[in-house]
Amino acid sequence: MQFGVFSVGDVTTDPTNGRTPTEAERIKAMVTVALKTEEVGLDVFATGEHHNPPFVPSSPTTMLGYIAARTDRLILSTATTLITTNDPVKIAEDFAMLQHLADGRVDLMMGRGNTGPVYPWFGKDIRDGIPLAIENYHLLHRLWREEVLDWEGKFRTPLQSFTSTPRPLDGVPPFVWHGSIRSPEIAEQAAYYGDGFFANNIFWPKEHFIRLINLYRQRYEHYGHGQADQAIVGLGGQVFMRKSSQDAVEEFRPYFDHAPVYGYGPSLEEFTEQTPLTVGSPQQVIEKTLEFREHFGDYQRQLFLMDHAGLPLTTVLEQIEMLGGEVVPVLRKEFESMRPAHVPEGPTHAAIKAAAEERAAAAIVTGVEAQ
Amino acid sequence: MSRRSIVVVSGGLNEPSTTRMLGDMLASATRRVLGERGVDTIVDVVELRDHANDLTNRLTTGFASGSLTSVLDTVAGADGLIVVTPVLSGSYSGLFKIFFDVLDRDALATKPVLIAATGGTPRHSLVLDHALRPLFSYLGAVVVPTGVFAATEDWGAGSDQALPVRAQRAGAELAALVAREPLPKPIDAFDDVPSFERLLGGD
Repeated sequence: MQFGVFSVGDVTTDPTNGRTPTEAERIKAMVTVALKTEEVGLDVFATGEHHNPPFVPSSPTTMLGYIAARTDRLILSTATTLITTNDPVKIAEDFAMLQHLADGRVDLMMGRGNTGPVYPWFGKDIRDGIPLAIENYHLLHRLWREEVLDWEGKFRTPLQSFTSTPRPLDGVPPFVWHGSIRSPEIAEQAAYYGDGFFANNIFWPKEHFIRLINLYRQRYEHYGHGQADQAIVGLGGQVFMRKSSQDAVEEFRPYFDHAPVYGYGPSLEEFTEQTPLTVGSPQQVIEKTLEFREHFGDYQRQLFLMDHAGLPLTTVLEQIEMLGGEVVPVLRKEFESMRPAHVPEGPTHAAIKAAAEERAAAAIVTGVEAQ
Repeated sequence: MSRRSIVVVSGGLNEPSTTRMLGDMLASATRRVLGERGVDTIVDVVELRDHANDLTNRLTTGFASGSLTSVLDTVAGADGLIVVTPVLSGSYSGLFKIFFDVLDRDALATKPVLIAATGGTPRHSLVLDHALRPLFSYLGAVVVPTGVFAATEDWGAGSDQALPVRAQRAGAELAALVAREPLPKPIDAFDDVPSFERLLGGD
């Protein structure tokens, strides 16, 4: 099981002192968060992609390349990469390049984006959201697997004798997750390719996500990639911790009450009861996160939202230290002890490469036997 | 004896509320006519005032609380609806509109609906045909021909007793639609996911 932090990259005023970080401060803060994530023993840092204020991360591979150079072990990922409005050729090139530089520590998560105006800025139409996600990803998938490609589709200029460079590191494409909070079509897409499915469950009650993940698992099995319980599932989480849960609630409440996503709506108590948000002691976070497994089955990646809603960087870093120091070691042990042997661990480049080599060796043996 | 469910959605804000009284009057008129046809009727009443906070929370968060979810399910599962709103600023109340904004888009498709409203003066009575009827047409409901508007004078001592007569006619119209076999429910998105080959083919 892989644990990590995902960041939206919002520039939000701290409601307790009215201070708003500059874009430069926020960008550097995201890097600091990523470095801290590795330092405390977590596995993954993922950045969002946005093209409008108040968000800073418009250029994820630039940021991840910089982080790659300053880390050794951390998996660098996205949450999400906009498969609808980015050119799939450029995604293929950018992430293949990043994968070489990062020595195989890169994977990425496809998403459609939830900001309507972004589509026309990039010459697209939001009503084509699903068809764009389907066609663009199919092209990306082929670009990484076919050396020379002829291609024609609805949304992009055709390609003739095109080779996307650099070719994927070790001949195996980066692992891909498909993120969705709503659309069964995306669960179907992830299942079809045998890719991962990430359900960002943090803002809604679990019932909806149970249906979505069950659909993905069933279809994963249908398409012959393995049993339903072997499908690769990722989940979100959102926590704020202090030793005493009362201190946590008191400190986090002003951030909750003014947060861009859920502020001015339900109370902190109502929201924590109905969604994965946990504001309390590390022990409460452990208990709530272990419940995810009961609802969604054994899963492979758990990402936490930590730096948002105007929380100061020092507080965020303290939170990540508690996560790495007190919460995740317990979760690792618990999840690992419950995971059946046939359920895969979190995806890595090394494992994908080994599996590809095994398949190639098996193919040679079969070829020899056939002669 | 066959059985049908009617849900009254009342947007009344006061206690006691004439909006609720009108809803009850229409429900009993409908129940009476269904009873004459040998249909047993279960009536549920939803007072939107009780869910005011949950409704605005639903707008900000995108999900419904447990109790609001069960109310939305009750309305979606009804064989017929009686919807009653007070007239505020010349139209249905904001609370009334929020409820139908957060109801599933297809929940009212082909559902028989009786529209009704209350106001201080009969000069507001066209709210039925200028505001409520278009809203429920948009939602795909089958709106019965007779809408019922009750002004203050309809409840007063000098009332001409036209209101009960009109309520009776509207109730009979709703009963006639509710007594029929219900049309099939719309297909759930999760039960009808196109296979990936079809998605890829651009169908």
